[in-house]
Amino acid sequence: MAHGPQPGFKRWLFTTNHKDIGTMYLWFSFAMFLLGGCMALVIRAELFEPGLQIVRPEFFNQMTTMHGLIMVFGAVMPAFVGLANWMIPMMIGAPDMALPRMNNWSFWILPFAFAMLVSTLFMQGGAPNFGWTFYAPLSTEYAPPSVTFFIFSIHIMGASSIMGSINIIATILNMRAPGMTLMKMPLFVWTWLITAYLLIAVMPVLAGVVTMMLMDIHFGTSFFSAAGGGDPVLFQHVFWFFGHPEVYIMILPAFGIVSAIIPTFARKPLFGYSSMVYATASIAFLSFIVWAHHMFTVGMPVAGELFFMYATMLIAVPTGVKVFNWISTMFRGSMTFETPMLFAVAFVILFTIGGFSGLMLAIAPADFQYHDTYFVVAHFHYVLVPGAIFSITAGVYYWLPKWTGHMYNETMGKVHFWLAFIGLNVTFFPMHFVGLAGMPRRIPDYALQFADFNQIASMGAFLFGAAQLVFLFNVVRTVQGGRKATDEVWDHPQGLEWTVPSPAPYHTFSTPPAVR
Amino acid sequence: MASESSYYVPAQSRLPILATIGLFMTAFGAANWINGHGAYIFFAGALTLATVLWSWFAQVIRENMAGLNSEQLKRSYVWGMGWFIFSEVMFFAAFFGALYYIRNFAVPWLGGEGDRGASNMLWQGFESTWPLLVTPDAAVHGDAAKVIGPKEIIDPWHLPLLNTVILLSSSFTVHIAHVFLKKNKRSAFNLWLGITVILGAAFLYFQADEYHEAYKHLGLTLESGVYGTTFFMLTGFHGAHVTLGTIMLLVMLLRSVIAHHFKPDDHFGFEAASWYWHFVDVVWVGLFIFVYVLGS
Repeated sequence: MAHGPQPGFKRWLFTTNHKDIGTMYLWFSFAMFLLGGCMALVIRAELFEPGLQIVRPEFFNQMTTMHGLIMVFGAVMPAFVGLANWMIPMMIGAPDMALPRMNNWSFWILPFAFAMLVSTLFMQGGAPNFGWTFYAPLSTEYAPPSVTFFIFSIHIMGASSIMGSINIIATILNMRAPGMTLMKMPLFVWTWLITAYLLIAVMPVLAGVVTMMLMDIHFGTSFFSAAGGGDPVLFQHVFWFFGHPEVYIMILPAFGIVSAIIPTFARKPLFGYSSMVYATASIAFLSFIVWAHHMFTVGMPVAGELFFMYATMLIAVPTGVKVFNWISTMFRGSMTFETPMLFAVAFVILFTIGGFSGLMLAIAPADFQYHDTYFVVAHFHYVLVPGAIFSITAGVYYWLPKWTGHMYNETMGKVHFWLAFIGLNVTFFPMHFVGLAGMPRRIPDYALQFADFNQIASMGAFLFGAAQLVFLFNVVRTVQGGRKATDEVWDHPQGLEWTVPSPAPYHTFSTPPAVR
Repeated sequence: MASESSYYVPAQSRLPILATIGLFMTAFGAANWINGHGAYIFFAGALTLATVLWSWFAQVIRENMAGLNSEQLKRSYVWGMGWFIFSEVMFFAAFFGALYYIRNFAVPWLGGEGDRGASNMLWQGFESTWPLLVTPDAAVHGDAAKVIGPKEIIDPWHLPLLNTVILLSSSFTVHIAHVFLKKNKRSAFNLWLGITVILGAAFLYFQADEYHEAYKHLGLTLESGVYGTTFFMLTGFHGAHVTLGTIMLLVMLLRSVIAHHFKPDDHFGFEAASWYWHFVDVVWVGLFIFVYVLGS
């Protein structure tokens, strides 16, 4: 395999190289992150004051819907797949992904799928306006015509995810270097193995539910219509059977990244490796039996409410194991706080806050008060922004020297961290208060008494947005040049990826390394 | 381990981006068509996708015959097919789950039974039955109703029973073909694989016949309330999968007859198609029990 990269754009169109494909995933994800972020800023600008000032309510609804869809499917998931593409073959000593051409196909579907989704903004009747959870009958009987394009874009995104996950599982199970037993794999590989399994299990269910919508809208079926004997609540059951594992799809790889970074900068091996593996597997199992905690107020038998409440609370146990292990890894370590570590430590603290508000929401009787308020928005942004986004950012800073061969600017990295850290807390912490006070989510207007906290949140949002431009600038500068990175980059980090030169050559481990 | 070091990584390939364009045109064209703007893009896309997949499979076969594929690479294809079938299982699980929820919760609640029986206040006069011959709409609005239930449903002990026998036998015949292939008995392999393809086609013929009767004589359609919905969506997606499986097996047969592909110890293309065939067979057993027998 002597071939190197082809010159020009054909390299990117025709590539079969896991590093090229990983890079494309990461840049695509960042572009979607900025686009979804701009939509969030439209929302926050409108909510700066009570009353309607900037956008019409119909457009506001399209913004909340598209912001959610783009961030979930366009920003967070592809970023993790990009990191998986770059790192998994290098971490397990494989020459590439198991099925390199299908890998390229998985990536290139995404820009097309999102072009289709974003194009609905310009269609008659506007873009989807029913929220990223697209509950029937809002998304069926009362949907704009563009819903058909939304459905098919979800279908091809799902095909991309399933192929990507099949590739990751085949790579991990089949391509490990001799001696790399399962229980020697880095946790990022473990968490991705389990995530890929979750994806293959639930993306087809998402395909099923959008197919049911399509049939109800255009072909006269009665899945979600009581007149024919169906039930709109059925939509929520099928959707959340996909949706709850989906939220773990967006956090398990984050656990893997943080479990790689904290030992490096605490200069201690990870505490409780095998318990981390078992905790991840337990979380994945539990994710299949808690879905209806999203639907406590919809009308369920009491036995159902109780089952889903207790099952949900159980998740705190394996998650607590993980937080305990990260803290124990740091305990009495020789810690330094480079940018990746700052993001990782912030992850542990802020994700735990999001976990606790999740426990509050898990209590069915209390959820009747919190449901559909800004408290829920605060909760899931606390697990997704400092959870998924911070861990991705941490991973990018951590591995960027390995990818580019250059060190990023540490000062600028720290500036990015503090701006993002302050910005996100200023944005999302006040949402707990307005939520508990009863401000409903997804409404462009609000009662006067919520104005102060909303103004604070909006200012925080613009600060957080600005921080990402520092990140972009720093990354571009690092790609272009900068101080040479050593092969190890950090202070004796663990893992095969640090045994190859920086920047990592186009092909690594064409001959598998020996793992002891 | 010499074979481990020669994992074949193709240099560059036009196939994925072309497949993407085909898939995108198919999806975009389907949405366009359904929204009433013509079907040209859809058909152009489907044709593109089919052509690209054809050359993609041809490429993989050529690589294997050229000896590029190590044992390790072949295992990647095996894992890939296995997990693809798992994703299909989960797709059907969504529809079986919907049927379960509708039969055991939604319809009884609408009829005033159980924990959420208060829903009956909106549909007074509706009684919960399965098969659902009188929809809530018809129970309340009578002749003015828009969603009317079927007059009758399919009797499981005629065509569906025959189809069960056909499909179960075809799983046996494809297995017999596999055994003969492993013993290097080419003509017996072709014969039994040919029988399997014919059984698959026969199944599809009877299924089409059943749909014709349902639409023509029983008033059982996609639009006849939630019984018709679940009946046609479950059996319809299964039928689509049988169609695909039959095409796969037919391609394998033609590869064997015309091009003399497959060796006794190297025939994963055929084996993958036969796995798929066993999978559609198992789904049918679920359909026969839960849709036809317990549904009547």
